[in-house]
Amino acid sequence: MKAIITVVGQDQVGIVARVANELAKLNVNIVDMSQTLMDHNFTMMLSGEWDDQQLSFADAKTAMERLETASGLTIRIQRQAVFDAIQKL
Amino acid sequence: MESRPILETIQMIAEENLDIRTITMGISLFDCIDSDGERARQKIYDKITHSARDLVKVADQIQAEYGIPIINKRIAVTPIALIAAASGDTNYVAYALTMEKAARELGVDLIGGFSALVQKGYQTGDRKLIASIPQALAETSRVCSSVNVGSTRAGINLDAVGEMGRIIKQIAADDPVNCMSLVVFANAVDDNPFMAGAFHGVGEADRVINVGISGPGVVKRALEEVRGRSIDVVSEQIKKTAFKVTRMGQFVGTIAAQRLKVPFGIVDLSLAPTPNEGDSVAEILEEIGLESVGAPGTTAALALLNDAVKKGGVMACEHVGGLSGAFIPVSEDAEMIRAVSAGRLNVEKLEAMTAVCSVGLDMIAVPGKTSAESISGMIADEAAIGMINNKTTAVRVIPATGQDVGDEVEFGGLFGRAPVMRVNAAQPQAFIHRGGHIPAPIHSFKN
Repeated sequence: MKAIITVVGQDQVGIVARVANELAKLNVNIVDMSQTLMDHNFTMMLSGEWDDQQLSFADAKTAMERLETASGLTIRIQRQAVFDAIQKL
Repeated sequence: MESRPILETIQMIAEENLDIRTITMGISLFDCIDSDGERARQKIYDKITHSARDLVKVADQIQAEYGIPIINKRIAVTPIALIAAASGDTNYVAYALTMEKAARELGVDLIGGFSALVQKGYQTGDRKLIASIPQALAETSRVCSSVNVGSTRAGINLDAVGEMGRIIKQIAADDPVNCMSLVVFANAVDDNPFMAGAFHGVGEADRVINVGISGPGVVKRALEEVRGRSIDVVSEQIKKTAFKVTRMGQFVGTIAAQRLKVPFGIVDLSLAPTPNEGDSVAEILEEIGLESVGAPGTTAALALLNDAVKKGGVMACEHVGGLSGAFIPVSEDAEMIRAVSAGRLNVEKLEAMTAVCSVGLDMIAVPGKTSAESISGMIADEAAIGMINNKTTAVRVIPATGQDVGDEVEFGGLFGRAPVMRVNAAQPQAFIHRGGHIPAPIHSFKN
C-alpha cells in the first residue's frame, strides 16, 4: 500500500521526528519526503509504503488521526493512486 | 518528490469544495414485473436492497482511503410506470413507499425513478403514475419523480404539459417543498446520476454505476489566475481544470464499480453548485467578467463555460453521459440567490440561459398565485428549447403557496433557499387547453 501523508502546522521543534516516529512504529517505510515553510506554516509531505497484510489503511488512518489530535498539526493520509489519477495522463 | 501536484489536489478538495457529488447505482426493475402488485413490490424491494447492499459502505471506504468527499449515494430505477403497468393497481403510491423503504434500509440519500415517459403518448401505467405523484411525494422524503413530456424525436405531448402544471400546483398546495422532488423533462437521459431527474433507462444494463462530479469552486479559483487575459485563455483554463476534476470522477467510478462488482457506466461532467460560499456557477460567470449573473453577456459566458467543461472532461474519462454541463439551480447557488434578490436575474434571462447549458429552469420559486396554465407554459417553453436544440431541458419550479415576490422558500441543506420570482402575468390558458401533440421538428427526420 502506498500513501501520501501531508502535515501542516505551526513550525515547532520535533515535527519531523514525531511523525516519522509514529510511522516507524507502524512499520511504514518512508520512501520520499519534502518539506517547506510557507508563512511560518510548516508543510511536509511524505510518501509511505507498507505491507497490506500487516497494516490496514483504516488502522494507519486511525493512528494518524490520533497523532493529529495529540500534536495540534493537520495531518492527512490518502492513498497515492488518487494523485496519479488526477495529475498524470 | 513532486509536491506541487499533491498540494494542488489537496487544495482543490480542502479549499475549493471539489467533491464527487454522487455515486448513483442504476438498477433495472424489468425482472420485477408481476401481475400481482404486492408481489411486484416485494421483488422490487428485494432487488434494490440486494443490488445496492454495499453501496454506502463502499462509498464511505473510498472517501476515507482517498480523501475525496463523496456527498451523495443514490439509486435510480427503471421508470415505475413501466414496471407497475402489468399490475391491476389503480394507484402507484405503494410503489413509492416501497422505494422509500428500500432507500432507508440501505441508507442512501435519494432514490429516483418514480417516473413516466410520455413524450409521444400515455400507456396505461403513465396516467396512474402521474396521478399518484402528489401523494407519493407527500408520503415519502427520499423518492424522486420525473416525467418526460417531449423529445426531439417525438415532439411535445401538450396534454402531458397541461397535466404536469396541474400536478405541480396540487403538490404545492400540500407542501411547496415537495415540488423539489419532481422534474419535468424534455429529452430526458437514461444514465443521469443527478436528482431529482435520475431514472434507469430502458436500454441500460441490469445494474450500473454512474458518477456525478462537481467543482465550480475549482473552476472559479483557476480563472482567478487569468484575470484580464483573452477569452481564449479563459476557455483553455476551464478545459484544463475540467480535465482534472473529471479524472477524479473516472477514478472514483472505476474503483466503486470494481468493489461493487457492477459495470461502470458514465461520468456526468456537470458543474453542480451548492449554497456553500465558493461553490457557485454564478461566481464563475462573474469571474469571467460580468458584474452580476443576469447581466447582458450572461448567456454567452455560460455557453463558453458549458462547452469548455465538456471539452476538458471528454478526454478525461472513458464514457461521458448524463446531463454533462453547468447546472443553474437558483436555490442551490448562493450567488444566483443574491442576483435574484437584487433584481439582476429574472425568469426570462434564466430561460435564455437554459438554451446553452444543461437542464433548465431549476429550483425556481414562483408566486403561489401562479396558475397551473402558466406553469404548463413554462414547461412548454423549456420543452421547445430542448426539442429544437436537441438537448435535455427540464423544469423544477416551486409554486410558493401563500407567498409572493419578495418572500423566500427555505429548503434546507444542499437545496438552499429560493427567493420567489416574478412570472409574466399574461395567461397562456387557451394554448394549453388545446391539448394534443406538438409534432417533432423537421430536423428530427435524419434517417
